[in-house]
Amino acid sequence: MSRLSRSQLVILLLVGLTILLGYFGSNLGKALDARWITKFPSAWVVPFKTYISSAMSWLIEDAAIGPVSFTDVTRAAAWLIEQPYDLVLSLLAEGFVTGQGNDAQVILPAISWIVVITAVVALGQYCRDWGLAALVGGCFTYLAVFGQWDSAMVTLASVLIAVPIGAGGGLLLGILAYRHLTFDRIISPILDLMQTIPIFAYLVPILFMFGFGPISALVATIIYATPPMVRITTLALRAVDPEILDFGRMAGTTQKQLMWRVLVPSASHSLMVGVNQVIMLTLNMVIIASMIGAGGLGFDVLAALRRLDIGAGFEAGIAIVVLAIAVDRLSQAFAERMGQVHHELPGSWLTRHRRTILVLILLILTWVLGQFSPLLLEYPESQTITTGGFWDDTVKYLNINYFDTFEAIKIFFLTWFMIPIKTVLLGIPWPWAIAMLTLLGWHAGGWRLALLCGGLASLILISGLWAKAMVTVYLCGASVFLATLIGVPLGVVAALNKRAGTVINLLIDTLQTLPSFVYLIPVVMLFRVGDFTALIAIVLYALAPAVRYAAHGVRSVSEELIEAGLVSGCTRTQLLRHIRLPMALPEILLGINQTIMLALSMLVITALVGTRDLGQEVYIALTKADTGRGLVAGLSIAFIAIIADRLINASARQARIRFGMES
Amino acid sequence: MTPTTKLSCRNVWKLYGPNAETLLAQNPNPSADDIRNAGVIGAVRNANIEIVEGEIFIIMGLSGSGKSTLVRCLSRLIEPTSGEVLFDDADLLRASEKEMIEIRRHKMGMVFQHFALLPHLSVLQNVMFPLTIQATPKHEAEAKARDVVELVGLKGREDYYPRELSGGQQQRVGIARSLVTEPDLWFLDEPFSALDPLIRREMQDEFLRLQERLHKTIVFITHDFEEAVRLADRIAIMKDGEVIQIATPEELVMNPATDYVAEFTRHIPRSKVLTVGGVMTVGAAGEGEPIVQSTRVSAVAERIITADAPIPVTDGKGLVIGAIDRKAVAHVLFGEGDAV
Repeated sequence: MSRLSRSQLVILLLVGLTILLGYFGSNLGKALDARWITKFPSAWVVPFKTYISSAMSWLIEDAAIGPVSFTDVTRAAAWLIEQPYDLVLSLLAEGFVTGQGNDAQVILPAISWIVVITAVVALGQYCRDWGLAALVGGCFTYLAVFGQWDSAMVTLASVLIAVPIGAGGGLLLGILAYRHLTFDRIISPILDLMQTIPIFAYLVPILFMFGFGPISALVATIIYATPPMVRITTLALRAVDPEILDFGRMAGTTQKQLMWRVLVPSASHSLMVGVNQVIMLTLNMVIIASMIGAGGLGFDVLAALRRLDIGAGFEAGIAIVVLAIAVDRLSQAFAERMGQVHHELPGSWLTRHRRTILVLILLILTWVLGQFSPLLLEYPESQTITTGGFWDDTVKYLNINYFDTFEAIKIFFLTWFMIPIKTVLLGIPWPWAIAMLTLLGWHAGGWRLALLCGGLASLILISGLWAKAMVTVYLCGASVFLATLIGVPLGVVAALNKRAGTVINLLIDTLQTLPSFVYLIPVVMLFRVGDFTALIAIVLYALAPAVRYAAHGVRSVSEELIEAGLVSGCTRTQLLRHIRLPMALPEILLGINQTIMLALSMLVITALVGTRDLGQEVYIALTKADTGRGLVAGLSIAFIAIIADRLINASARQARIRFGMES
Repeated sequence: MTPTTKLSCRNVWKLYGPNAETLLAQNPNPSADDIRNAGVIGAVRNANIEIVEGEIFIIMGLSGSGKSTLVRCLSRLIEPTSGEVLFDDADLLRASEKEMIEIRRHKMGMVFQHFALLPHLSVLQNVMFPLTIQATPKHEAEAKARDVVELVGLKGREDYYPRELSGGQQQRVGIARSLVTEPDLWFLDEPFSALDPLIRREMQDEFLRLQERLHKTIVFITHDFEEAVRLADRIAIMKDGEVIQIATPEELVMNPATDYVAEFTRHIPRSKVLTVGGVMTVGAAGEGEPIVQSTRVSAVAERIITADAPIPVTDGKGLVIGAIDRKAVAHVLFGEGDAV
C-alpha cells in the first residue's frame, strides 16, 4: 500500500471513530458514569456574559473622559444622524409638521408619489435606457398600487441616509488603510470579524447604547454595510496599475492630488461596485433592523411573522423584493454610468438638465395643486389592491389538500437526515471534538491553524455554549450539505450549457437580491415553524455562492487543458470528471466557504421560527437587551465561522499548490 | 564645446530583502554570492552611469535585468538602498519631498510602457494634467496642451477618451503629456514595447524626428536590442542588476565586453550599425564622390560594391581621411562576427 492511501486510511478511521463516538456518546457517558464527557460541567463555565454586561453598564453609566461621558458621545452621534434622517423622512414619508398629536399642522406635505415615480423613471432613463426606466417605474407604481407606499418610503429614507454615510466612511477608511500599512494591519482582522459576526450580535450593544428606535437601526445598518466598502476601496486602490501611480508621482502630484485626482478616479469602476454592495447590504439590514426599531417594510414583515399573518407578511415581503430589485438595478446602472466617461452633450444648460427640471416643476406643481386635490399627493387608499386574502386562501388550500404530502416530506428529512446528524454532533465528547479540530487544523495548515482551531473551540466550550454551538453546526452543516448538493451541479450545468446558464443566473440573481427575511415567509406557510423550515430557508439563502463559484471555476479551466483532453480522446463525461471538476475544485471550495458564511448569518433570522441554537440565544438576548449574552453567543457564531473559513481556505490553497496554480 | 553631464549615478545599489541595509553597511561592495547568501535580491548592483546633455541614452536588458528598477532609482520613484544620483550636479536623493515635487513638475517627464493614461480624462485633459496640478491658469495650460497635441500629430482628437484611441495613438498622448511641462530630462520606459511591430517602427521614426527638434536629454529603456541600436547615441547593457557595458552601438558591435553582449550583437545586421569610418582603410586614396565617415555602411553598400575603385571617405569637415573598397563592405555584409 502506498503512503498516501495509508494516511487516507487513518483519516477514514478517525472519521468513523468520531461518528461512532458521537452516536453512542451519551450512552458511553452514562456507562462510564462520566456525563461530563458530553456535557460540559456548569461549574467550569467562565461567566463571560456577566463580565461583558457589567463592562457595558460601566460604559453607559460611568465611563467618561473628563466632563464628556460616553453617553454624551453616543447622544451626539445619534443627533448627527438624526438630523438628515428626519429631513429625508419628512420629505419622503411624513411631511413637515409643526405641533404634536391633534394640533399637528402640516406645513409642507411629503413629496407626492407622482413626483417620486417620475424621478426614478428619469433616473433610469439617464443611467441606461427606457427599458430600465420602465422597470423601476413599474416597481414604484406597484408599491403605490398595492398599498405599500408609506412603509416603502420609510425604508427608502433609511437607505438614503445610510448609503452615503456607509459608502463615504468606507471610502475614507479604505484610503487610510491603503496609505498606512499599520492601520491596515489593525483594521483587517476587525473587518474579518465583523463580516463573520452575525448582524444580530451587534444589534444588542447598539440597542443598549442608542435605545430602541430608527437611529439605532441606522447605526447598525451603517456598521453592517461599511466593512465591504473599506475592503473594496483598499483592493481597488491597490489594483490601480502601478504605472498610473508612477505617472502621478512623476507629474509632481502632492499626496492629496495623487489620491483624489489620480488613484480614486482610476479606481472608480471598482469603487462603484462597492457602492452597489453597500446599497444592497443596507437594504437587507434596514429590514432586519426593524427588530430594534426601524419602521417600514421590515417592521411589517416582522409583525406579520409574529402574528403568523401569512397574507400581510407575504405582501410586505413582495414589496421588499420589488423595492430591492428597483434599487439594485438602478444603482448598478448608475455605477456603470459613473464608471464610464461620456462626451458632454452639446446644448444649453436647459436641455442638458431637462430631466431634473421636469421633476422639479412637477414637485412644485403637486405641492401647489395638492391643496385642492389630495390625489396629487397621496395615492388614494380606495384604489389600492390587496392580495393578502389571496395568499391566505392559497395557503389554506394547500394545507387542506396537501397537508399529508408536506408532512411526509418534512418527517422523511427529519428522520433520515437531520435528527441523525444532530444526535451524532451532540454526542461527540467535547475533549475528542476539540482534539479532532486541532488535528484537522494541523493537517490543513500547520501548527498555527491547529492552535487557532483548538483555541476558538475551547473558548466556545468554556463560555458554556457547547451544546447550542453543536446545534448550530448541525443546522448549518446540514443546510450547507444540501446547498452544495444542489448548487454545485447547477453551477456546472450553468457553465456548460449556455441556455441553462441564463436561466440559472436569473434565478440566482433574484435569490441574491431578496433580503434574508423574505425566504422565511413562504416556507413557514407550508411547513410551519421548526428546524426543517429553518433548513429550507437557509438552503435558499445560501445557495447562490455555491452555484456562482462552481460555474466560475468550471468556466475558467484553461482552454488548452480542455483541448489536451479532447485530443487524448476524452468523452464529455471523462472531460468533466478528470479535467474540469478537479481543476475547478479550489473555486468550488471557496464557494462552499461563502455558503457557510451566508448560512451562519441566516441562523439568527431562523431563530424567529423556533430553532434552538446560538441564533436563538442572540435573539433572546436581543429581546431582553442582554448585551453580554448576545455578544458571547454572537462571538461564538463568529468563531465557528472563522474555524470553517480558515480550514477551507487552507485546503483550497493546498489544492491550488498541488495543481501548480499557486506557489 | 565639451558636453556637460546632465544626470549621473554613482555606486547605486537597490537590494530587496530584510537585511538589505545591514548587508551594504557591512560590505559596501558585496558580490553576487554575498547577496544571495544574505537572502537578499539584488535588483540593481553598483550602477555607475553618466548621461550627457542632449544625448539619447538607452538602458537595454532582458526582463528581470533591473533596467526598470534602475530608471526608477534615477527618477527616485524608488529609493535606492545606497549610492548617489546627481541631477544638474545636485544629489537627488537628498532633495526633500517638496523639492522633489518641484523637480518633477518642471524638469522631468516620463513615458510609460502601457501608456498610464487616466481613463476618466479626455486627450486634452490628460495632456493638461501635469499643468493642472501645478495650478497653471487654465487658458495657458490649454494652449500649451494643444501645441504638444499637435506636435505629436493628434490634432483633431483632443476630445477623445483614451479607450477610443489605438495603442499607437494612446502612446502619442503619453508622449505629449510628458512633454507639456517642457522638461529637460525625458524618461521613456519601454515606450514602444506594447505596440505592433509596424506601429513601433513608425513611432521610432517619430521619436527621432521629435528629438531632432527638441534636443532633450533622454533616458530610454528597452529590451529590444535592434531598437536600442536604431535610436541610441549610447547604450548601457544590463544583466542581473549589473551594468555590464556602456558604449555606442558601433563599439558594442565591434568590441562586445562579454559573450553575453556578443550574443545580442550577433543577430544585428552589422551594416546598419557600423559606419563607413569604422571599416575604411585609413589613409588610402579613392575616386568618385566622397562619403562622410559617419554614414552607416548599409546606406552606401550598393554604391561601393558596384564601384570599380575604392571610394574616398571624408570626416565631418569634408577632409579626405581614407577610402573604402568593396572588400571591406563585403566583410561587413557577409563576414563572421570576429572578422572585422
